[in-house]
Amino acid sequence: MNAYSVDHSHDDHHDHGPPPGLMRWVTTTNHKDIGTLYLWFSLIMFFIGGFMALIIRSELFQPGLQIVDPHFFNQMTTMSFWILPFGFAMMLSTLFMDGGGPASGWTIYPPLVLQTGDALPFLIFSIHILGVSSIMGAINIVATIMNMRAPGMTYMKMPLFVWTWFITAYLLIAVMPVLAGAVTMLLTDKFFGTSFFDAAGGGDPVMFQHIFWFFGHPEVYILILPAFGIVSEIIPTFSRKQLFGYSSMVYATASIAFLSFIVWAHHMFTVGMPLVGEIFFMFTTMLIAVPTGVKVFNWVSTMWRGAMTFETPMLFAIGFVIMFTIGGFSGLMLAMTPIDFQYHDTYFVVAHFHYVLVPGAIFAIVAAVYYWLPKWTGNMYDEKLGKAHFWLSTIFVNILFFPMHFVGLAGMPRRIPDYAVQFTDFNQIATIGAFGFGFAQILLLVVVVKCIRGGSRATDQVWEGAHGLEWSVASPAPYHTFSPQPVVK
Amino acid sequence: MRRFKQFHLIVIPIAMFGFGYLMVPIYNIFCDITGLNGKTGSISQAEANVLDVDPDRRVRVEFISALNQNAQWDFYPDVKSMKVIPGKTYTTTYTAANRLDQDMVGQAVPSVAPAQAATYFNKTECFCFVRQSFEPHESRQMPLVFVVDPKLPDDINTLTLSYTFFDVNSRIN
Ligand SMILES: [Cu+2]
Repeated sequence: MNAYSVDHSHDDHHDHGPPPGLMRWVTTTNHKDIGTLYLWFSLIMFFIGGFMALIIRSELFQPGLQIVDPHFFNQMTTMSFWILPFGFAMMLSTLFMDGGGPASGWTIYPPLVLQTGDALPFLIFSIHILGVSSIMGAINIVATIMNMRAPGMTYMKMPLFVWTWFITAYLLIAVMPVLAGAVTMLLTDKFFGTSFFDAAGGGDPVMFQHIFWFFGHPEVYILILPAFGIVSEIIPTFSRKQLFGYSSMVYATASIAFLSFIVWAHHMFTVGMPLVGEIFFMFTTMLIAVPTGVKVFNWVSTMWRGAMTFETPMLFAIGFVIMFTIGGFSGLMLAMTPIDFQYHDTYFVVAHFHYVLVPGAIFAIVAAVYYWLPKWTGNMYDEKLGKAHFWLSTIFVNILFFPMHFVGLAGMPRRIPDYAVQFTDFNQIATIGAFGFGFAQILLLVVVVKCIRGGSRATDQVWEGAHGLEWSVASPAPYHTFSPQPVVK
Repeated sequence: MRRFKQFHLIVIPIAMFGFGYLMVPIYNIFCDITGLNGKTGSISQAEANVLDVDPDRRVRVEFISALNQNAQWDFYPDVKSMKVIPGKTYTTTYTAANRLDQDMVGQAVPSVAPAQAATYFNKTECFCFVRQSFEPHESRQMPLVFVVDPKLPDDINTLTLSYTFFDVNSRIN
C-alpha cells in the first residue's frame, strides 16, 4: 500500500478561493469546478433521457398505439441515447423542426437516416460538436496523467479509476474521429452528390455499418471502462483489503481496449458475411470474456475474507458486479453467430445492453456519487435514504429488464411502438418496473441536495478503509486541492 | 506553464479521421476479392472467349428486378430464368419503361446471390454499365451479355441476379 506524506514547507499565501458569482462557472479552469459542471449536466440529462424512456415504456404497456404516434416514438428511441454534452440542445431542437427528428435509430443507418427532413444537418453537426468535446476532454485527461502525477506516483501505483480513464481517453481519441468521418460522408451523400452509401452511385449502405461499428464497439467500452475503475476503488475500501491482482486489472483493461477494435462486425452477423468473417468475429468477441472474467474474479477475490461492511457505495458496487455479469452472459450468447441469427434485433438484445448499461454503468456511477459525495460537499449523505435508493433501484431494474429476455426469445422485435398481443404481460411488467426505477431515482436527487445543504460533518478520511491521495486532504477538498505537493512513497 | 509535449494526442485524431475514409477503398477492394456485397465482375469479350467450356454442367440463372424510391418506372426481366453452360456466353434483356410525361434517367445496380458466386458471374456487356436516359413514356429492351465462370464451386447450381433500378434524375440536376 502506498504511503503519503505532505510537505508543509511552502507558504500558503497563494491559497485564494474561487471568484464569486455566476462567472465562476463560465471562466473556471479549476478541475473540481469543471467536474461539478459535468456531473450536474449528466444528472439533468439522466432525468431527461429517463423521462423519454418512460414515455416509450408507457406506449409499450399495451399493444396498439395509444400515447404517441409511431414517428415520434422512433425519435424518442434515438434521442434517449444521443443526448450528450454540448450537442444536446441542437439535437433536442430537431424534435420541433420541419420533418421532425432523425428518421433512424441511434445507429443512424443510411439510407433511412437520409430521409430525415430539416433536422439532418443539425443531427450531424451536433455529433461533430460532441465528438470535438469528447476528444478535447480526452486529450486533457491523457496530458494530465502523463505530465502532472505527484512525485513518486509511478504508473503502476495509480488508482485503477485513473488507469481505466487513461485507457478510455485513448479509445475516445481513436474512435470519435472515425464517427465524425462517417457522419461527414452522410452529409456529403445527402447534400454534395457523393455516393459513399448510395447504391445508385456505386456505393454500399452496408459499408456504413462497418465504419459505424468500428466506432460503435469501442464506444461501448468507453461507457463501461470507467465503471470498472470505480468499482475497483470501492470494493477494496469496504472490504478493507488491497485490490486483488492490481496489475492483472491494468492488463485486463488494456486487452479489452485492444480487442474492442477487432470485434465490430458482431453487430452485423446477419448482413451476409463470408463464413470466415463470421467465425473470426465470433471468436474475437468471445475472447473478450477472458479479460472481463479476470476482472470479475479479482473483484470477488477482493471481497473474499475481507472485513466487509455494506454502506450504500458498496451495495451499488456489488449490485454492479452481479448484474453486469448477467449482461455479460447474455452478451456471450449473442456472440455466437448461429444463435445471433435468432436473437438479432429482438428484445433479447435490448435486455442485454440494458443490463450492462443500467445496473452496469449507471449503478457504478451512482456508487461513485455516494462514495465521493462526502469529499465533494464536506457532509455525510443520508445513509438510510441511500440504502432505500439502492434496494428500490435493484428490485425495479430487474422487474424492468429481466422480462425483456423472455419476450426477446419469443421473437418480439426491437424499435417498434406496437407489438403482438401475446407479448402484453411481460411488457406490462417491464413498464411497471420502469416507473418504479424512474421514481426511485428521485431519491438520488433528494440525497444529493440534502447532502449539499447539510448533514453530519465528513472527516478527511471519510471511509475507514479508503486509500488514495484524495482522502489525505480536507473534506470538502480545498479549492486548490494540494497546496503543498504530496509525495507518494 | 508546462509546454504541451504529447503531440501524438493531436496526430491520432487526425490519422483516425483519415482512417475512416481509408475504410472506403479497403472495403471496396475486400468486396472485389470476396464478392461480399454481391457486386458482379465484368470482363472483355476477348477474355470471355478463352474461358474453358464445361459442357456437362448446367447452372440455373434466375433474373429478378426491383425499383427504388417508388420510382415511376416499369422494369422487369424479359426471361425469368435460363439454364446455362459455364464458359459459354449468353444474351438476355430487361425491359424498362418511363411512365411519366418527362425525361427520366435511371441507373441499374446489379447484385448476385449467393454472394460466394458473385465473382464468378461476369458480364461482357450490360445496360448497368451506364446511365439510361428515357424520353416521356419511352419503353425499350436493354441487353445483358454474360458468362458464368466454369470455376464456379460445384455446390452452387443456382444463381440469382437482381437488378435494382434507381431514379438518378436528382443526382444529375
Ligand atoms: Cu460490440
